[in-house]
Amino acid sequence: MDWHTLATRLFGAGHGITRDGDFLHGTVEFDGEPLSVIGTTGHAPIGVALALAQARAVLDVLTHNPGRALLLLIDTQGQQLRRRDELLGINRAMAHLGMCIDLARRRGHRVLGLVYDQALSGGFITSGLIADACDALPEAEIRVMRLPAMARVTKLPEALLAQLSESNPVFAPGVANYVAMGGVRRLWDGDLAQALRAALADAPTQDLRAEDGAARGGRRLAAGIVQRVLDAA
Amino acid sequence: MISYAECSARERLALLVDEGSFHEWLPPALKLTSPHLAQLGVPSAFDDGVAIGRAMLTGRPVFIAAQEGQFMGGGVGEVHGAKLVGLFRRALRDRPHAVLLLAESGGVRLHEANAGLIAVSEVMRALLDVRAAGIPVIVLIGGTGGCFGGMGIVARCADHVVMSDIGRLAMSGPEVIEASHGVEEFDSRDRALVWRTTGGKHRWLTGDCDALVEDDVAAFRTAAIRALGASRPVTLELLEAEHARLAARLAFEGAEATDWWAALGVADAARVPDLDVAGVLALGAR
Repeated sequence: MDWHTLATRLFGAGHGITRDGDFLHGTVEFDGEPLSVIGTTGHAPIGVALALAQARAVLDVLTHNPGRALLLLIDTQGQQLRRRDELLGINRAMAHLGMCIDLARRRGHRVLGLVYDQALSGGFITSGLIADACDALPEAEIRVMRLPAMARVTKLPEALLAQLSESNPVFAPGVANYVAMGGVRRLWDGDLAQALRAALADAPTQDLRAEDGAARGGRRLAAGIVQRVLDAA
Repeated sequence: MISYAECSARERLALLVDEGSFHEWLPPALKLTSPHLAQLGVPSAFDDGVAIGRAMLTGRPVFIAAQEGQFMGGGVGEVHGAKLVGLFRRALRDRPHAVLLLAESGGVRLHEANAGLIAVSEVMRALLDVRAAGIPVIVLIGGTGGCFGGMGIVARCADHVVMSDIGRLAMSGPEVIEASHGVEEFDSRDRALVWRTTGGKHRWLTGDCDALVEDDVAAFRTAAIRALGASRPVTLELLEAEHARLAARLAFEGAEATDWWAALGVADAARVPDLDVAGVLALGAR
């Protein structure tokens, strides 16, 4: 979904979210409460500059608006694939963004991620995946890589991957697979404002994604392995 | 002198901690392999490419993990990632003196990509829980495979990073960037360029690692011991300082390491690649 359409459906026509390049930011009012919105659009590649722009916005909320909830709007093609970004330490800039969001959670801000268009690997891991919870629109796409590229990298036949992905969500792109694995908490159907209301109301504070993945059958091992490490003699 | 880069993950573990003190959790005898690799008909490993456990470092209890770069490039799959998460959760409960992560990884294991991606984010959160509890997390990077992708992010979430000049720390591998934007953007076969851009000397000069050591297991051990008190809890003040430091980098407009070193005031920047570790250390970190 186009970000502007989403914002209008969630917060009304005068929603108050601004686009600067691929960077989205603003304060909206939702159910009479201010809510800070930070995100990206245009399938943005996340480089050092865009990671820092988002981190700055999170830090400003921490400083000026203690306790205010944060909504992260996610649309990214993944990390910027440029030598300059690597030279400048893109991994550190992304870690910084993730740590800003993590600190917001620790200081009592509810942080909600919403994949409204596309989410890929590096751009996703330090936004939605480090929030209290990450939800998605049903038409969104989430992946590390598409099956043809995966077939090339793994040197396995694409037909085999396609067949296996019917029964095992770890192989194939798709929001439903991420829900099954616990990485996405739920999909927003119907009234989007009502979905946001519900999402803010029951944002978890503990990381229960492995337990969710086991309960939903999409990631059967992780939670049990963690427990076995805790119990090991 | 024993090359850290040439050791296996288990050899590094054994040599880094006090002799004979490593006690493994979920050892290979339990055969906790990746079911996803088996489905693909790809060979699996009984430890899924990572060994975890407790050990002593100069008589102090630490938790430790070592990724095996020779298995799937150290890639993080469901089981591999859950072992790391379990180690950090246990550290939060049992409060060892520190958690050591001997990282060698290309990041998410693409054979089980979705599970690996979620797992890396779980590792990040679990690591940051431990860091918030005041238990230092120390990442050591010196394998030939480097530390890339999601693990490159995880490394920078830690309290303290130790690298050798052989070690590399970055996000995307040069091959991926070359495939995406061409050989003019990043010639992945130009080893000197790759190391100038992502190698230990560069990361030390720019402050992306806290210690630069020789490719020697004993040097890594010494650096790990020194870092035992290196807890740096994440506060708003710390993140503001980090932000200022990173934002200042954007003033540099090039893509060539020697130009950036020169801009940062490194004398004779063009000579850096020829210097040994001691020579680079003498220049001072920025």
